[in-house]
Order: sequence, then C-alpha cells, then structure tokens
Amino acid sequence: MDTARELDNRNRADDDAAKPLIDVEERSMQDTPYPEKTVGKPFVDAPKMKLRHVNVFYADNQAIHDVSLDIGKNEVISLIGPSGCGKSTFLRSLNRMNDTIDICRVKGELHLDDQDLYDPKLDVVELRARVGMVFQKPNPFPKSIYDNVAYGPRLHGLADKKYDLDEIVENSLRKAGLWTEVKDRLHSPGTGLSGGQQQRLCIARTIAVSPEVVLMDEPCSALDPIATAKIEELIDELSESYTIAIVTHSMQQAARVSHRTAYFHLGRLIEVNDTETVFTKPEHELTEAYITGRFG
Amino acid sequence: MQTGNLLLLLVAMVAAAYYIGWQKSLAQARPLGGIRHLESLPFYYAMRAALWCAIPALVVLGAWLIFDDAIIRSTVMMSLPEEMRPASEGGRNLLLSQIQNVASGALASDSVRPEIAGAADRLRGLRGTNTMALTVVFIIVAMLGGAWGWLKIAPQLRARQQVEKILRVLFMLCALVAIMTTVGIVMSVLFESIRFFGQVSPVDFLFGTQWSPQTALRADQVASEGAFGAIPLFMGTLLISAIALLVAVPVGLMSAIYLAEYAHAKVRAVAKPLLEILAGVPTVVYGFFAALTVAPFIRDLGESIGLDVASESALAAGLVMGVMIIPFVSSISDDVITAVPQVMRDGSLGLGATKSETIRKVVFPAALPGIMGGILLAASRAIGETMIVVMAAGLAANLTVNPLEAVTTVTVQIVTLLTGDQEFDSAKTLAAFALGLMLFITTLVLNVIALHIVKKYREQYE
Repeated sequence: MDTARELDNRNRADDDAAKPLIDVEERSMQDTPYPEKTVGKPFVDAPKMKLRHVNVFYADNQAIHDVSLDIGKNEVISLIGPSGCGKSTFLRSLNRMNDTIDICRVKGELHLDDQDLYDPKLDVVELRARVGMVFQKPNPFPKSIYDNVAYGPRLHGLADKKYDLDEIVENSLRKAGLWTEVKDRLHSPGTGLSGGQQQRLCIARTIAVSPEVVLMDEPCSALDPIATAKIEELIDELSESYTIAIVTHSMQQAARVSHRTAYFHLGRLIEVNDTETVFTKPEHELTEAYITGRFG
Repeated sequence: MQTGNLLLLLVAMVAAAYYIGWQKSLAQARPLGGIRHLESLPFYYAMRAALWCAIPALVVLGAWLIFDDAIIRSTVMMSLPEEMRPASEGGRNLLLSQIQNVASGALASDSVRPEIAGAADRLRGLRGTNTMALTVVFIIVAMLGGAWGWLKIAPQLRARQQVEKILRVLFMLCALVAIMTTVGIVMSVLFESIRFFGQVSPVDFLFGTQWSPQTALRADQVASEGAFGAIPLFMGTLLISAIALLVAVPVGLMSAIYLAEYAHAKVRAVAKPLLEILAGVPTVVYGFFAALTVAPFIRDLGESIGLDVASESALAAGLVMGVMIIPFVSSISDDVITAVPQVMRDGSLGLGATKSETIRKVVFPAALPGIMGGILLAASRAIGETMIVVMAAGLAANLTVNPLEAVTTVTVQIVTLLTGDQEFDSAKTLAAFALGLMLFITTLVLNVIALHIVKKYREQYE
C-alpha cells in the first residue's frame, strides 16, 4: 500500500518536472486562481429557480463545488465551459435526473419557486413534470409521432377525451415548429424523422406536459447547421412561456439564444453575466481565456 | 503397427519436421543478416514442413483403412473353392464371420471344414502383411513429405501464404463436417419417413386422431392393424409446451426485468449466474423430480379439493419443464432489456414517468422483439424436450386438453418406438422417423422465426 503511494508520488514528481514543456500561456492559465465568489451577477430578483451552495459528488469525486445561481422567470440562461467542467451534471441536478446514477449525491439548497427539490417528501415525478428535459442526442421513443407527444399528457392524465389529447399534441407540435412537417404522418414512427426533426419532436414531447422550466443538454450537438438554426429560433419563441436553461459547447449559440451566460470551470461557477457582457468584456480572466479560444 | 501407434509416431515425426524446419530457416537467415530478410517468419517455414509431413501421410492412412478390409475379404473369398462360395449376401456374411472367428481363435480350427480352416490361415497371413505394409508405406510417406518440406526451405519461399491457404482449407473442412452431419441426419430421417409414408398414408398420419402403433410382428400373429394418427401426440406436445411457457414466460420475464432494471449491480452479478444454473441441471434430474415429487404432490393436492388427477399428468411435466426453460427466457430478456439505450429511459423519466411506467411503456415495447426471440427459443426447447415427459407425462395417447390427465408427446413416442427389440422395416419403427421429421420441421420453423425477429431487432438500434 505504502509502496504504491510512494510510486504514485514519484510519478507526480515526474509530472511536475515535465511542466516546463507545457506552453507558457496555458501554464499561466492553469495558475490563475479561482475567484472566491462567482463574479458578475449570479442572482436576480424573484427567481424561478434558486440554487445555493450546490455540491455534487460522484462517489468520492466532487464534480460541482459550491455553485450558487438564480434562474429568472422566462429567462434563457446558457451554461458554457470546457468539457468535463460539470455543466451537464449541474443541469441534471435541477430535475433530479442524477437520481438514476447510484453513486451520485447532490448537496445544497435547490428551490423551484418555494419547493425544495431534494425534500424527501417531494414526488420526483411531479417535479420532472414541472422541470422538463431535452437531451443531447434526440431520443424519440420507438412509437408513432403522435404517441411520442401524447406520452407525457397520458401519464399525467392531462386529457380526459381523445379530442383534448389531439389538441395538446397539435399545440405542442406547432410550438415546436414541427406541425406542418408531420401533420400528415402523425402515426408513422418518430424514429423515422431526420435528426433535427427528432430533436424538435423531443422538444414537443417535453412541452406537451406544460413544464415551467425546460432544461436542454447540448440539444444541437448532434445536428447540422440548418437544424440547429431552427432549434435556436424555437428556443427564442419558447422563452416567452418557459424558463430555459441550456448547456452548450457553441459560444455562438450561447450568444444568440441566451439572456444570461454562466461560465463553469472544473466544477466551479466562475462568472455569470448578461450574455453581451460575457462575450464583450468578461470580468474574469478564465472566462476571457475560454471565450477567446485560448483553451477549452 | 496398430493405427493408434502409427498416429503417435506421426506426432513425433511432425514435431521433428517442425524442429528441423525451424532450424533450417534460422540457418538460412543468419548469413542474410536476420529473419527480417526471409520471405516469411521461421514459424511458417517450420509449419509448412510439419504440414507436409502430416497431411500426405494422413491421406494415405485414411484411404488405406477405407479399402483394406474389403480387399482382404474378397481375396479370402476368392481363395475358397468354387462350390463353397455362397450365392446370397447373407450366406457370404455368415461364412466370413465363421472364418474370422476361426482366425481369431474363438472357434477351434478342427471343428470346421478344412477349407475354412485354410481360409482362416490365409486371412491371418493377409492381415499381418497388410499391417506391415501399411506401417512401412505410412512412415515412408511421412518422411518423404517432411523431407520435401525441409528441402524447399529457402529465403524466397512464400511459406506464409501456403500455410495460410492450407489452414483455410482445414477450417473449411471442419465447418463442412458439422454441416454434412446435419445434412446426413436430415436425409436419413427424410428417407425413412418416405418409406413410412409408403406404408401409411400421410393424410392418416397428419390428421388421424388414433395413435396405437402396435402392429403384428409375424404374419400369423393376432394383433391390431396399428393406427398412426399423430394428432394426439402433437396435442400432447402442445399442451405440455403451453403449460411450460405459461410458467416460464411470466416468471422469466419478470425476473429479467428485476435483474435488468431494479437489482443492484452486486445482486445482479450473483443472481444472474445462479438463475442460469437452472439451465445446467441435467434434464434427467428434472425428470425424476417431476415424476417423484411434483406429480404425486399435484395428485394429492387435486384429491384434497376433490379433483381426479392422474398420477402422471400433463400438468406436472409442464410445470417442471417450465422451470427448466425459465433461464432461456430470463437470460435473453435480460440481455435485450439491458441493451435498450439509457437515453430512452432518461427521455421517459425526464417527462415525469415513474420507473414502472417507463419499463411498461418504453423499455418493454422497445425490447419486445428480442424478448419474443427468447420466448420462441424456449418454446423450441420445450417442444423437443424428452426426459421430463418420458418420466412424468405418461404413455397413453389421449386426445385431450385437460392438463390433469396423462398425455403423451411426440418425443416420448419416438423413445418408446425405438427402444427394445425392433424390426427396422415395420411401420411401427418407421413411424418414429416420420414423427422426428415433423418435430424437426416444427422446431426449425420456430427457430427461423426467432432468428428473424432477433435480427430485425438488432437493426433497430444500429
């Protein structure tokens, strides 16, 4: 055991010795200290979601370090940052999708309006109906387009009659900008659509249960530019009725669709500001380094 | 030398050929500056020499063993005086075995006619010469082959390509053995069935409702004509298989869902192999479990609630068979359920579905084709199962759907038709082949359907 640790230490010492080889610029970035507190404007008045001191662990690894953030009503907030910085993990904590991972633990105070998300008495099913999620890869069920959209409303008993259900399906597909493309083939399989259409179908499916918040985890990363443009347009329209948090790797996308932008770095929330501020005059060095493409 | 000893000798010679081939290729490489200047690695030169040593010798041995016995026999026969040679096939065989018995010493030579004793002497002599000749030829061929392989070793020799070619042929031959065996079995069953249908009309066989295969052995015997209606047997098979599937499908499926969706990884790691042990229990053990434990239990239980249950019932056999095929259903279902992508579950859970709703409405439908494949495989297994039904289901060919009565199955009847003293050209015996053919076609169709469904399922996620 001790020998193993000693060996490990020696390896680390070797790594340190190798450091001068690293590009000087990058090295100076790595030495930049994390801010004591998130810089910028993490808090807003009358937030939809109020998140304080959020820590997320995978077994013994801490993935999120003390993140505090507000998400305003009808706001589009984008979460950006290099790969592995914890933005998806953070997003999945907001509707407790992390519950499906055995080794994952979430600590802190997370509130949707006045509801504590991690209250043991809370029905997680009800929470997920209020906080919907769109995933990175389009994941329509292997069912018809109609059944995909009707899935949530049926589960939650939102429609008593066939007619009501038809209306919900049509409205959701219209909001997702897919109605005209699929109205003649509602009963053909959802998996037969193109990638971009599938993702819009997933958005329609999510908004069919009338959530208050929609979480999007890199919704365009598997799509081509035209499909991406359609989804971005859609996000803009949806922000009139929903609160949206979107994780993205594309800074242009963050700049185009969001009102505020949050920059994550290695599990820490470095800076939150109006999107324009983040992309024109970021307050923190790390944010600037990331958006100017010096790493990430 | 005996054939077995010859083969042992060949192994030694092949090893020697390999060794000298290896040495020679190294020796050839040395002046050139290392093995990188050879066309192939030394292994291929050595392998080539070894194959040259083994293959021609084995071909000679095989051909020799196929023909030598027939040649010796006919030589011995020809040496007998004209008037002693029997005309019929049967008579010749009798005479030959008499000669052989004298030659091996089982029959004293003074108890037979002098011509036969002389023939026996000749047979002994011929056999000795034959073995000697085979040994010599075999060793010479092996040595010549090995020497040829060794002589040809040169830096330019494309040994790798040649060895690859030979190995390809070897693998092909092995595959061919498996295929030819299957074809042979099917053919023999098919031809015997055709003979059977020459005696019993296919219409009577396929649509008759009476099964009593007892036919007269001799013309003067008083016995039934025999009835060969297969419907009671297939009904029995279907009844027992249906009971088995009624047990196996729900239990197997639900245990698969538990293992795949609910069980902790550690539980799953232990429980899944344990469940699969069920598939490793020999069917004969299931058989006596069914006959000695389950069947009496069911009969007693039936009596206590006033039901008349036969001591050998379809229910007992079906229940035990159901337990036996649980692992087929559960193991395959577990695999396909696990193969349903996590994003499907996430999508459903993200919409506020509970775990069981997600399983019922998303995971299960997505896995259904694969699960169907598993169930059909289990059904094929149930239909072809023999031991359990022989012991627990009975022999009476009742045409009934009452699971409390004794029924018989196709496999049981095949067993009873072919055990004991048999006459191989009677309709009774040939009926077994017809039944076997029908069973084979049934399970084949089920397997084809199962494979087709599984294949279709694969395409869905790739």
